[in-house]
Amino acid sequence: MAKKEDVSNIIAWSPRQISTRERLVKDIRINWQLYAMFLLPVIYYIIFRYIPMFGNILAFRKYNPGGSIFGQGPLTLKYFKQFITAKPFWQAFSNTLILNGLYLLFRFPLTLIFALLLNEIKNLHWKKFVQTVSYLPHFISMVIVCGMLKELLSTHGPINDLIYKLGGEKISFISLAEWFRTIFVTSGVWQSLGWGTILYLAAMSGINPSLYEAATVDGASHFQQVIHVTIPCILPTIATLLILDIGGLVGSGGAFEKVYLLYSPMTYETSDIVSTYVFRMGVESGSINFATAVGLFEGLINLVLLTCANFVSRKVAKTSLW
Amino acid sequence: MSIIDNSTGKIHVHNPKNQIKESKGYKIFTVVNTIIMILVSFATLYPFLYLVSQSFSSDQAIFAGHTGLIPEGFNIDTYIYVVTRNPIAPWPDLFPNFRIPEFIVYYMNTIFYTIVGTVLSLFFSSILAYPLSKPNLKVNKVLSPFIIFTMYFGGGLIANYVLVLRLGLKNSMWGFILPMLISTYYVILMRSFFMTIPKDLEEAGEIDGLNKWGVFWYIARPLSTPIIATMTLFYAVMYWNNWFNAKLYLQDKVKWPVAYFLQTIIRGAGSSDPDAQNMTANIKSCAMVLTVLPIICVYPFIQKYYVQGMMLGGVKE
Repeated sequence: MAKKEDVSNIIAWSPRQISTRERLVKDIRINWQLYAMFLLPVIYYIIFRYIPMFGNILAFRKYNPGGSIFGQGPLTLKYFKQFITAKPFWQAFSNTLILNGLYLLFRFPLTLIFALLLNEIKNLHWKKFVQTVSYLPHFISMVIVCGMLKELLSTHGPINDLIYKLGGEKISFISLAEWFRTIFVTSGVWQSLGWGTILYLAAMSGINPSLYEAATVDGASHFQQVIHVTIPCILPTIATLLILDIGGLVGSGGAFEKVYLLYSPMTYETSDIVSTYVFRMGVESGSINFATAVGLFEGLINLVLLTCANFVSRKVAKTSLW
Repeated sequence: MSIIDNSTGKIHVHNPKNQIKESKGYKIFTVVNTIIMILVSFATLYPFLYLVSQSFSSDQAIFAGHTGLIPEGFNIDTYIYVVTRNPIAPWPDLFPNFRIPEFIVYYMNTIFYTIVGTVLSLFFSSILAYPLSKPNLKVNKVLSPFIIFTMYFGGGLIANYVLVLRLGLKNSMWGFILPMLISTYYVILMRSFFMTIPKDLEEAGEIDGLNKWGVFWYIARPLSTPIIATMTLFYAVMYWNNWFNAKLYLQDKVKWPVAYFLQTIIRGAGSSDPDAQNMTANIKSCAMVLTVLPIICVYPFIQKYYVQGMMLGGVKE
């Protein structure tokens, strides 16, 4: 008899019959110290990440300085209508796409080629040196990068000096709209060329050496080995990075700081991007609602693009961000 | 046919076919590749060398349009000028007559913000990443998406700006530090590392009577030196380089970090600093060299940690 009772007890306690809530309560009782551990960071996330996320409601409700950060009064689409019809917004929007697109177009293949070339260096000290030097710009504050750019490109700087010595006219690069894209893309490549190779080099170091040996035995030249062994082996990495970069085309990412530090009213037609536009309208001119609406629009497009990119990446390259 | 090299004991396998086919084209390639690498390295270093050269050149050389990499009219007067100019009172309420040159004040602020910010960031990131790394913790099914979602969508500039103003953090060092206290990306990197800590060690700690915090502090933390080193450097560089939060939230000059001071002198026209207009190229270069110097000095030694950190991120969470 006693034995039978025991068995029925065990069945009654089997995890399947415990509701999710009970299981969570039990988990909290066992692991309450871990729960206590992430309590402060979670509060931080709620205050500094989620409240501003809901603060996006300012795109639809009037904000009064000193009033609620979620605005007051009825919801309205007024602010969306305002920016949809504002010419500077569309200029900023297309500039964002053009600058990000051009940057990707140059940076992506150059980084890949640079990684392949780095991978061919046989002298390890030399390789280490080139890597160390080329990673350096990644750690430099954007203020310094832009300060250097302005010095190099100023009318008495070395580039204009060279143009002058070659018999050309001096150009004030920074204040000319037609030069902005070139400056943006070139300096971007300068900053990211080395750092961008890290994931490729990691993927290359993971290639099985026997593949190269087999290719050598088959009589493949060095160049053929790169084409038929190295590139196919790192193709998933290439695909993932490319897809994710495309997903980030609308986001401002690191572009905001650089554009903000380099642009001026004289170059707005090519340099103004959505995030700098938001900054000018919201922080400098105080049109909080209008700027929130623009920012929300950009954020939503960005979210949709990233989600699509992630989906494609998962299907094509079998890797994804989440 | 193989030859044994007596001096090194290496065996050279000589394959005539291979040698003939590879050697010439490959040699040319190696030379071209070396030249490309030299050019890339030079192009990367050139702007820094140019700044250094400008900063040591004399005023006359700068006005005459000196653009070489060798300083002309070598002197350190510009450095002395930058670190002694324009004394301001760091504590105007307590000691109104105590004045320090402004550049020193900004530099000390940067060091202070970097240390305080990095320590706090490390602590908060790790106490979030550690529970997240426990696969058997039920709440992680909700907590992970809760954290990760903020990487893809957020309040945007304006809502954050309004929040910080309403929290009363304007013109306070917390307005500079708190908005960037926890970086979700770095939390994910830390979590990936914590996941690799052997479970047995932690269980042994619990059997020996440590609670979860004890296990975290006495077992997981010492085992995580590589990731903690990486994160220290990530966060420290982030605080050292940040100027934008200062621009948004710090009005008093005595609270500025040096990166923001640089921004005001580099932007020149329209800057809030009236004497920014008078900054000559050698003064700007000098301030930039002094700001970037700590990073360049420390950087070669910490580079391997950064690379490790990046690879952790590359190996999906």
